[in-house]
Formats: sequence, C-alpha cells, structure tokens
Amino acid sequence: MSTTVVNTGTEGKTWGGGNKPLNASYGKMMMWFFIVSDALTFSGFLAAYGFSRFKFIDSWPIADEVFTHFPFLHGVNAPMYYVAFMTFVLIMSSVTMVLAVDAGHHLNKAKVTLYMFLTIIGGLIFVGSQAWEWGTFIKGDYGAVQTKGGNILQFVDTEGHRVALRDFVVADAHNERTQHERKEGLWFVSEGTLPTYTVEEVLHGLKSHENVLVRTQIINEAGEKTVLSRAKSLEQIEKNGKVVVEGANLHVNEYGSPLFADFFFFITGFHGFHVFSGVVINIIIFFNVVLGTYERRKNYEMVEKVGLYWHFVDLVWVFVFTFFYLV
Amino acid sequence: MAHEHKLAIFRGLVKFKSNTQKIWGVLIFLTIVTAIEVVLGIIKPEILMGKVLGMKALNWIFIILTIVKAYYITWDFMHMRDELKSLRRMVVWTTIFLILYLIFILLQEGGYVFNVYKDGFIKRDF
Repeated sequence: MSTTVVNTGTEGKTWGGGNKPLNASYGKMMMWFFIVSDALTFSGFLAAYGFSRFKFIDSWPIADEVFTHFPFLHGVNAPMYYVAFMTFVLIMSSVTMVLAVDAGHHLNKAKVTLYMFLTIIGGLIFVGSQAWEWGTFIKGDYGAVQTKGGNILQFVDTEGHRVALRDFVVADAHNERTQHERKEGLWFVSEGTLPTYTVEEVLHGLKSHENVLVRTQIINEAGEKTVLSRAKSLEQIEKNGKVVVEGANLHVNEYGSPLFADFFFFITGFHGFHVFSGVVINIIIFFNVVLGTYERRKNYEMVEKVGLYWHFVDLVWVFVFTFFYLV
Repeated sequence: MAHEHKLAIFRGLVKFKSNTQKIWGVLIFLTIVTAIEVVLGIIKPEILMGKVLGMKALNWIFIILTIVKAYYITWDFMHMRDELKSLRRMVVWTTIFLILYLIFILLQEGGYVFNVYKDGFIKRDF
C-alpha cells in the first residue's frame, strides 16, 4: 500500500501549528500590546512630571491649595472632594463595563445594552467634570504677582489665609490701557488678555492694607509656603514685581511654577482625550450591540476588548489622581 | 472564550458565589481604598509626615494604596486573574520593569538638577 503524504507528521506536536499557547484571541492579544505601550507613554509623562517636581522640590505648588473648588459651592474650601468624586465616577463606569462583559458571556443582549449605556453616561460625566476642572484652573481665583525671575508672589493676611487681589487692589480708572487687537492697525501684532490690575496698583493696594503680606513659593520645614514680613513684602513687590497673573495658561500660572500648569494641561488633557475616544468607541460598540451584530455572531468578545481599553483608562486615572492630587 | 472565573480574592480569604458578586465586592474594596486616600489627604496626620527613604511616610502610603488599586483593576476588571500565567507575566513584568527604570533615571536626574541650582552653581532665583 502506497502512502500519500498529505500531512507533515507534526500534528499535535509543539511546533505543528495551531497551538494557542497564551489561550487568548488575536484581538485580545493586540489590545494588551496596545495597553502596554500606552501605559509606557503615560509613565513617561508622569515620570517627566516627577523630574520637574524634583528639580523644584522646594517650591512646587501644593495641590490641596490649587484644587479647592466644588461646583455650586462657591467660596467653600473643599480640597480634593471633587476629584475624589470624579475618581469614583470612573471606577463606577469601569464596574458597569465589566458587568456588560459578564452579561456578554451569558449572551444576554438586554443587559449588555443597559450596562454599555451606563458606562457611556459615566464616561461623559467624567469628561464634563474634567472640563469644569480645567475651566476653574484656567480662570484662577486669588491672582498673584510674577517677579522678574519668574517666581510667583501670592498674598495672605496675618493669619495666613489667602487674600485675593480684588480684595485689596483698586484699579486706577485713569490708567486704563485697552488690549491691542489685530483689527486696530498693526494686523500682525496681537497680545493676550490684559490683567485687571498693574503691578503699581498692587503695590499701592499693599501699602494701604497693613494686614496683607506676601507669600513666596519656597516651602519651609513645616511643609508650608514661606510668608514674608511686612517690610520684606513691600520690598519684594516694589523691586521685583513684573506682571500681574490671574489664572493659568501655558506661560504663566498664579499657583506657582508654570511647569505645574503645563503638566496639568498635558497629562490630564491626554487622559481626557483617552476617555473621550473611549466614549466614542463605546458608543460604536453600543450600537453594534443594539443592532444585534454580536447576537448573530454568538460572541460578545468585542465588548470585552473595548472593556479592556476602558479599564485601562480607569487604571491610568488612578495614577494621575495619586501623583497630581495626593502626593 | 473562557467562561470560568476565579472567584476568590485576597489569596482565597474572600470567596464569591458568582462573577457579578465579585465585581461588586471589588468595587466596595476600591471605594474604601479611595476613601482612605482622600481622608488621609485632607487631615494629613502629623505622625505620617516624617521622612521614610527620602519621602514622607504619607506619600509612601498613597503610592502603595494606588498600586493595590491598580492590582485589583487589572486582575479583576481586566480579567488578568483568569489569563494564563505566561500572558500575565509578559504584560505585567515588562511594564513594571520599564517603568521602574524610567522613574529611577528621571527622579535621580531631577534631584541632581535641584542640587546644581541649590549649591549656587547656576543662579536663577532673583
């Protein structure tokens, strides 16, 4: 009997092919590849933040004093409550996502639809909260004076409570200068929004308010910012004051080092963009679920794959929360 | 697709009856950890402000609690617990090694630059 060789003779052996050594589908493997590389990108950002912070370790802004606002509670000092709420929303949406995956395993279309919907809502609440957080940060609260060397001088009363510029500075009505815009003459020259006050007006206000002191960026042994004496305060503003800063952007930052604002915008912005794209992907998958694509496929693995991405976004936020707001 | 889930967490200390129950259990645990972090961050107990290995003890607690949270998100929400050991190690060890390396280099250099300014080699504070 002649034998026709149609087989390689290696079937069932290790190198015969057809093995799944990791017991994971191609799509899931690729999602893990992406997550590992994206995790390294975020680590790069957070480590760079750590670099800058270690570089200015004795003058870095204290996060508790920066993020003190809560929506609808104006003037209430509420450090971190809002960001804790945001963290909880994101963890909660992670839970609904994993419940959707679980329902997918049981091929329960109605439940997958409901949980995917809740996940999308959670993501939208988070992105909205972040927009609010950015708005508050950009707008600022107390205002400060930047020195020629780029240091920030803030104002406190004798008990150490922060004092806003609007509480002791009066804008001189005769001294008003309008912002130059492109439409007025030199079209190729423009300038940013002018601060409400000038340094001279701040100095004048400081002179007439005996109980206002200057607080520098330098952190003392007690872990608090150094407050200057009355004489030193006046001297600092008079000699070194250069520009009044209200709020924060990529160049100046009333809370302290401009790098703090730069990293805040970059890291939370990059994370917010991930959340946003996660919401978009979730919406696409949600419609696929509603249309019954996975029902016909008898396999909800696609939900599991976007779920991995969504949990990863949550995972990154846990680290951003720690390194930006807690440590 | 694997339908079996390992239902025990805390090294078998807590066992759940179903996967759904485990998810809610992990949520409760993560919420408690976050609440502890926020409370510690607001009251800042004086006893934890001492330095341990060059950093405040409180900051070490925050970092450790964060890693605990990351572990449960990865293991239970991302189902790492149910994956094969080889997949788990490829993903986790690679990432952890590279991140530790990155952190070491950047923080070391950041501290060095701080000292260069502090010792007055370069003057910037005026």
